[in-house]
Amino acid sequence: MNLDLILGILQIVLIATTPLVFAGIGELVTEKSGVLNLGVEGMMLVGAVSAFIILVITGSYFLAFFVSILSGIIMSGLFAFLVLFLMSNQIATGLALTIFGIGLSSMLGKQYIGTPIDGLSPWFFVIFSFLIVFLVSYFFYKTKAGLILRAVGESHNSAHALGYSVIKIRFLSILFGGSMCALAGSYISICYAPMWQEGMTAGRGWIALALVVFATWKPERVLIGAYIFGGVTILQMNLQALGLRFPGQFFSMAPYVATIIVLVLISSNKLRIKLSAPASLTIPFYKGR
Amino acid sequence: MNSLFPSIVSRSQSSGLMNFFVPIISIVLTLITGSIIFILLGFDPVYALYTFFISPISSTYGISELFVKATPLALIAIGLSYCFKNNIYNIGAEGQLTMGAIFGGGIGILFHDTNAFWLLPLMIFAGAIGGALWGLVPAILKTKFNTNEILTSLMLVYVALFILDYLVVGPWKDPFGYSFPKSRPFSESGRMPLLFDGLRVHFGLIITLFLIFVSWFIFSKTIFGFQLKVSGYSPKAARYAGFNQTTLVFFAFAICGAFAGIAGLSEVSGPIGLLYRDISPNYGFTAIIVAFLGRLHPIGIIFASLVIALTYLGAEDAQLFLQIPSAVGFIFQGLVLFYLLGAELLINYKLTYKKLL
Repeated sequence: MNLDLILGILQIVLIATTPLVFAGIGELVTEKSGVLNLGVEGMMLVGAVSAFIILVITGSYFLAFFVSILSGIIMSGLFAFLVLFLMSNQIATGLALTIFGIGLSSMLGKQYIGTPIDGLSPWFFVIFSFLIVFLVSYFFYKTKAGLILRAVGESHNSAHALGYSVIKIRFLSILFGGSMCALAGSYISICYAPMWQEGMTAGRGWIALALVVFATWKPERVLIGAYIFGGVTILQMNLQALGLRFPGQFFSMAPYVATIIVLVLISSNKLRIKLSAPASLTIPFYKGR
Repeated sequence: MNSLFPSIVSRSQSSGLMNFFVPIISIVLTLITGSIIFILLGFDPVYALYTFFISPISSTYGISELFVKATPLALIAIGLSYCFKNNIYNIGAEGQLTMGAIFGGGIGILFHDTNAFWLLPLMIFAGAIGGALWGLVPAILKTKFNTNEILTSLMLVYVALFILDYLVVGPWKDPFGYSFPKSRPFSESGRMPLLFDGLRVHFGLIITLFLIFVSWFIFSKTIFGFQLKVSGYSPKAARYAGFNQTTLVFFAFAICGAFAGIAGLSEVSGPIGLLYRDISPNYGFTAIIVAFLGRLHPIGIIFASLVIALTYLGAEDAQLFLQIPSAVGFIFQGLVLFYLLGAELLINYKLTYKKLL
């Protein structure tokens, strides 16, 4: 194998994995605050379509990403309103968000299918994805605000008793998750593809969810997990291009199987699950008890 | 003087009246929001809503189609209520459906040139087994290793879908299928009998109604149903009463998986007639909406499955007559679930206006 080929593959892996990193780290922050948002795929799609539409209309990349992130904030804000203020079931609400997002993005994007755009170079975002992971890691483990966020995710009643606003912290964490998912979506429609197609995120939202578990809720491991998952996908495509007769479906299901195995490994030990998963995950917070 | 904003106070007992009205409120709100969306898109809302919700069921064929779509939704939803009643979050019904279709459909492919009365019952049985086995995976992981069933059941959906994909492009591909990713067609006796000539509504509907009736009986007349309900309301009370939570988890997952598996099999041996990639337009996930909308009650689920089935049909008509993508049906499904979940607050909490002075 020559160096050029290896570098080429490395490049493709970097470009293809970046959206997983964005969505994964966004969801990680949300889950760290004790909220499971299964709406990742829906938020990514709406983010992707809104960026694409704004780019076609205005021609401004800045506006495209700005509006896309705004759409992520609105979508996740809707989710946050339901689960935090109306104390709705997080799992069902997240699924509703994904279903709604799939529908909304298809409807908004219908007339833009096949519209050509000038794609943006992905490298800024590739670098930014690494940066954001380290920023989140720094925030969690080196700042007081990060400690408070983690405390809210571990035990909302204790955090509340200490005088922290559980609802506010969770709200902000959910919005951060939403904006990161939208960024991941807009990266796909503007840098990676670049085009709009119905359901174009192709299940990356579910992989991002798997990724957070695979990473045992640790930011740097999201990066490692994303590159393992992303690398496997690219490897599979290359092996098939080389004409190797290996069923690609087994590569494609690998992230999901790996996630189940990791989940079993960490949860079979009571101490280990305590150290990994936020203890208040999916439990709603009700003040007036 | 009262305060401007209501405050939320927990009810000592959930409101039965609200339990009945919340689904109706959420459907009405969905229709209102839907009209606003149609107006924003520049459609006449009356015409759009008519196209979406009335015209699809204004013919005998349309009503038959409504039942075709409602059949798997209702069957999966009633299965899910075994889990949800006990606060077990099985969200992997789509995977259990797929596995049921693979097991049952596999029998159908194996006996593709056999015409015998036992073939369909065998396929249904295999479908139930396939779904139940797939459902038991998260159950075993939950009870043995304390693993959260939400994530495992969800991940298993994608594993099942890739297995189906592998089978229909690989070993089970139709040798005469011009390399299309689909299996051989099942033999005539491996198909669900049609209930009426010229309509697609099939025997699966009878199976669904039968299993809904059985479930109603189990929920309201047996000790098992009582145990499910009690451990859902209060796990502690259930433990003190000596109910075995492990057994309950196993049964709930196995029954739900089996029902979803039968639903999958009745899809492939009913309207489809062979195995291919996209056997289910998200029925397994949409059934979660049906279960919530039907308040986990057998009668409620029957009505809810018809309402949600209508969003599928309406979306197809909307694509045909309004040129909007059929995915718009998902908007309505998402909205109805949003409103439902939001309005659920009214069941367990009440809004009161505090006296300020």
